[in-house]
Amino acid sequence: MAATDISRITEKSEWQDLTVGNQIYGSGTSKAFHTGEWRTQTPVFASDKCKQCLLCVPVCPDSSIPVVDCKRQDFDYDHCKGCGICARVCPFDAISMKEGQ
Amino acid sequence: MAIRERLSGNEAISYAIKQVNPDVMPAFPITPSTEIPQYVANYIANGEMDTDFIPVESEHSSMSATIGASAAGARALTATSSCGLALMWEELYVAASNRLPLALCLVNRALSGPININCDHSDSMGARDTGFIQIYAENNQEVYDNFIQAYRISEHKDVRLPIMICQDGFITSHAVENIELLEDDKVKGFVGEYEPENYLLNADQPMALGPYAVSNYYMETKMAQNTAMQNAKQVILDVGKEFGEMSGRSYGFFEEYRLEDADYAFVIIGSAAGTSKDAVDKLREEGMKVGLLKLRVFRPFPDIEIAKALSNCKSVAIMDRSESFRSKGGPLGAEVKAALYDYAKDVTAFNLIYGLGGRDFTVEEAEDIFRELAGYAEEGKAFREYRYVGLRGEGFTEPRTHKGL
Amino acid sequence: MKNTVEIRWHGRGGQGAKSAALMLADAAFMTGKHVQGFPEYGPERMGAPITAYNRISENPIRVHSNIYDPDYVVVVDETLLESVDVTAGLNPEGAIVINTTKSADEVKPYLKDYQGRVYTLDAREISEKCLGRYFPNSPMLAAIAAISKVMTKEDFFREMEGSYRHKFAKKPEVVEGNLAALRMAYEEVE
Repeated sequence: MAATDISRITEKSEWQDLTVGNQIYGSGTSKAFHTGEWRTQTPVFASDKCKQCLLCVPVCPDSSIPVVDCKRQDFDYDHCKGCGICARVCPFDAISMKEGQ
Repeated sequence: MAIRERLSGNEAISYAIKQVNPDVMPAFPITPSTEIPQYVANYIANGEMDTDFIPVESEHSSMSATIGASAAGARALTATSSCGLALMWEELYVAASNRLPLALCLVNRALSGPININCDHSDSMGARDTGFIQIYAENNQEVYDNFIQAYRISEHKDVRLPIMICQDGFITSHAVENIELLEDDKVKGFVGEYEPENYLLNADQPMALGPYAVSNYYMETKMAQNTAMQNAKQVILDVGKEFGEMSGRSYGFFEEYRLEDADYAFVIIGSAAGTSKDAVDKLREEGMKVGLLKLRVFRPFPDIEIAKALSNCKSVAIMDRSESFRSKGGPLGAEVKAALYDYAKDVTAFNLIYGLGGRDFTVEEAEDIFRELAGYAEEGKAFREYRYVGLRGEGFTEPRTHKGL
Repeated sequence: MKNTVEIRWHGRGGQGAKSAALMLADAAFMTGKHVQGFPEYGPERMGAPITAYNRISENPIRVHSNIYDPDYVVVVDETLLESVDVTAGLNPEGAIVINTTKSADEVKPYLKDYQGRVYTLDAREISEKCLGRYFPNSPMLAAIAAISKVMTKEDFFREMEGSYRHKFAKKPEVVEGNLAALRMAYEEVE
């Protein structure tokens, strides 16, 4: 069993409440960290223009384009940082960038 | 029944490694390494132990691989010396801050330059602030005994810090001397199996190691490390006592040799302590009350204990086998003087440098220093502090008298 | 025998002086003594002058300095007499043994008025006769054992035979040659 539930560790935690060597127990803990809050530009998905070529999926640095049954879904806005790479690679103008969240 | 043998220091620690039979030993097996990886590789090739030996391309890699193995859940170690330790530098901090209980067998030798392969403590003294526990030995027996205690200290749940087991290059590492070995089953029983609570290869409990820690976490992490180092003090004492119950040879932070009623004393580390003990005996025969404190544990630093042990001395000479270029002696001098300042201000302490780059240190030189301590206290003669013992020519020295500033 | 006997070896890299010092320590250890055998390390080159040391004692040995006032000195290569002060600090009650074809009187001019006993031994002749090759260290080892009396003759030969049988387990034919070299050298200086 993990020594400490790391979700309880915050910037207010005292030194003795950190895990030994800052070890992080559990996997996929980055899911709980909503980097989507950092976004200043937001990709908008136009499903009618999308041909499901899936070129956008592998270039996303944050794995924020979910794929179900070989078809991409709408963005995972909890984690998308709005870098715009997907919009650049889309050959069909199915992704556009808008200002703000 | 102990096994009577004669081994060099390198053979002695390699024999201890064989008996402990750790899981993984990455090492860079050529200069400036030691004979230790060679002996261990022989034991493995002969089927006498089953440690995984990983020949790597540099010492930076050997410590990296030792860290990786330890993080994965293995009992790991490496061995090096001199410039090899210098190349590990970055990784030493990584091992300590990630709280990995691994062992580093160090043979103390001078750092280049000028190029020199001989005994000198500047390699490990340079690494004194990395977060490693550091334990030093006077002879082959002590380095053997210290390694057998290493994992019990390092892996203890209140500690979980890497440990450096040091011995004097050539003087100890290459000299064949008598030694008493323990039986394999006794060693195995004492050391026990390593059962880490969390480790990377545990599929049932995924984990991540070595995360980025921003300013908001860094100081708290260092305090946790510092506390672990403090905790190591009690563990070192407990393990040293338990080792004594098994072997008849107990260990603490330091050995006090005829120190109890001594007016004048040395504080010294390593093989030169043995040489100095002969000087103590000779002067005791002349009626001089002299003694010696041989420091075994430099990290954690037992400051109060040292100050207490020296508190009845009139004056002490702190002997450094390492230069720090502050023109005021070496690291041992600085730390012992700080301890005395805090807890035993009445003791006059002098710092001297000896034995750099393998320069021989003799019984006669030790006697002269004791006499100089007495001359200062009893006849008001100046003590030539910070000088290099055995230097040709006067060199930098600061004659200290009772006048003070 | 005084409490600690100190021996200094002078040789050249590759002649086996260090090995001989370690073998002497080994044999003395087997007879129950406390021992030290250690070389003085410098640049490790074939032919370069090297020094090795032995302390042999009834009591545990704590001193870890080199030996400046030896009881005995062994010179494995006579060409060192011209470049190294081999009798420096040598106890006049002790002795020096030199590998040379010369007599003791012939080498004395190189020994700076050393007043103690001087032995010479043609280790080359012994080695080539017994081993067919030039390994001066076995004859010199036997000579110093005979002269210093750090152990009895019986003990020395028993331990050396055991040591050679162990060391040359895969080359048993070498054992007899080495033992013969030891015996010849021992009896010559005895």
